[in-house]
Amino acid sequence: MGMPITVEIVDGQHIEEAINDLFIFFRSIDKRFSTYKKTSEISQINAGLAPSKWSRDMKKIFDLSKQTQQQTGGYFNIFHLGKYDPSGLVKGWAINKAAASLRQKDLTNFYIEAGGDIQVNGYNSSHQPWTIGIRNPFDLNEIVKIVQLETQGIATSGSYIRGQHIYNPLKVDDPVDYVKSLTVIGPDVYEADRFATAAFAMGKNGIDFIEGLLGFEGYMIDQYKMATFTSGFERYTKTNA
Amino acid sequence: MQIMKKFLLVVGTLFVVGISAFGLRNEKPRTLVASATTSSSNPSGSTTNNNQTPPATTFKDGTYTGSVTNAYYGNVQVQVNISSAKITAVQFLQYPNDNPTSSGINQQAIPYLQQETLQAQSGQVNVITGATFTSQAFIQSLQSALQQA
Repeated sequence: MGMPITVEIVDGQHIEEAINDLFIFFRSIDKRFSTYKKTSEISQINAGLAPSKWSRDMKKIFDLSKQTQQQTGGYFNIFHLGKYDPSGLVKGWAINKAAASLRQKDLTNFYIEAGGDIQVNGYNSSHQPWTIGIRNPFDLNEIVKIVQLETQGIATSGSYIRGQHIYNPLKVDDPVDYVKSLTVIGPDVYEADRFATAAFAMGKNGIDFIEGLLGFEGYMIDQYKMATFTSGFERYTKTNA
Repeated sequence: MQIMKKFLLVVGTLFVVGISAFGLRNEKPRTLVASATTSSSNPSGSTTNNNQTPPATTFKDGTYTGSVTNAYYGNVQVQVNISSAKITAVQFLQYPNDNPTSSGINQQAIPYLQQETLQAQSGQVNVITGATFTSQAFIQSLQSALQQA
C-alpha cells in the first residue's frame, strides 16, 4: 500500500508485541496487494496469473469487490485503466482484520490508522471517545471538523493532490473536481472505506448515497469550500471547546 | 397557524430532498413539488366561519395533488387540502419505503442534507482522517516538510 500506518493502544498486556505483529501483518498486505510492487500478487494477476493460482485472501478481496460493485450500482469498480487495483477496499479490509486481531488479544481501547482511514475501538487515554479531525483539503495543516467515535470506522476519499487522476467508472457528467473530499463514518472501517470509495466516484451525488445508507454518515467538502453532510452526522461532532 | 407552519416545514424539506436526490439510475431528476395541480373541481367545504379577513394568499379552496417526486429512497407525493384560503390538511399519497401515512403531519421526518462553511478547529485530536496520498505525493510532501524543519 505504501502508506504510513499509526497505531495507539491504551492499556493491556503485551502491547509492544501486538504492535509488532500488526506491522508484520501490514507488510504482508503491502507485499500482496501493492500495485507499486512488480512482485506483488496483484501485479502478477495484472500480468496474467491464472485465478487457480490466486491466494485465498486475494479471492476474498475479489468477491468482496464484486459484492460492493453490485451494491453501489457499479460505482465501485476495481478494474480501471486496464488493470485491477483493489486498494479502495483492501485498506479498510486490512485495518478491520488488524483490529479484530487486537480484540482477540483482549485489547479493546485502540485506534489503527492507515492512509487516513481509521478504526477506533473503545476509549482514548483520557477515557473519552476517540477524537478524530477531518483534514482541510485546502490547507493540509488545518482541521475543519472534529468527531468523536467509540467503536467505529471512518474513511476519507479525496483528491487534493495535484495531478491525481479521479476515475469515474460510469462517466457521469460531473466536473471531476467538484468533490474535494468525502468522509464516511460507518460501523467499521471496512464498510466506511468501500462506501467512501464508491460514493466519491459518484461526484456530488455521493453524499446522497451515504444519506440513503442506514448506519452511515458522511461529510463532503466541495471545490467551493462548502461542506455538505448527512442528516445524522452532527451526533458525532464536537465543536471547539 | 400551527398546521401552516408544519406544512411549510415539510414542503421545504421536500424541496431539499428533491434537489439533491438523483439516485443511481441514469434518469433526469424529477420536478420538485413546486406547482400543484388540482385533482378535482369540487372544493372541499368550509367548516370554520371566522370573522377574520383571510390572509392575502393565492391559495384557492380545493384539494391539490403534488407531482411525484423522486426522493431517492422512493417516491413522495403530497396532497393538500385548502379551505377558506387556509391549509387544513396534508396527506402523503406516496412515501418512501412504501409506507403510506395517514393524513396528519406527525410522521417521521424525511432526512435531508445540511450545509456549512468550513471552519478551522483548534481543539486537540487523537488522530486525523484525510484522503490518501499516493506514495509519490507522500514523499514529495515529506521532502517539503523536511526542508522547512
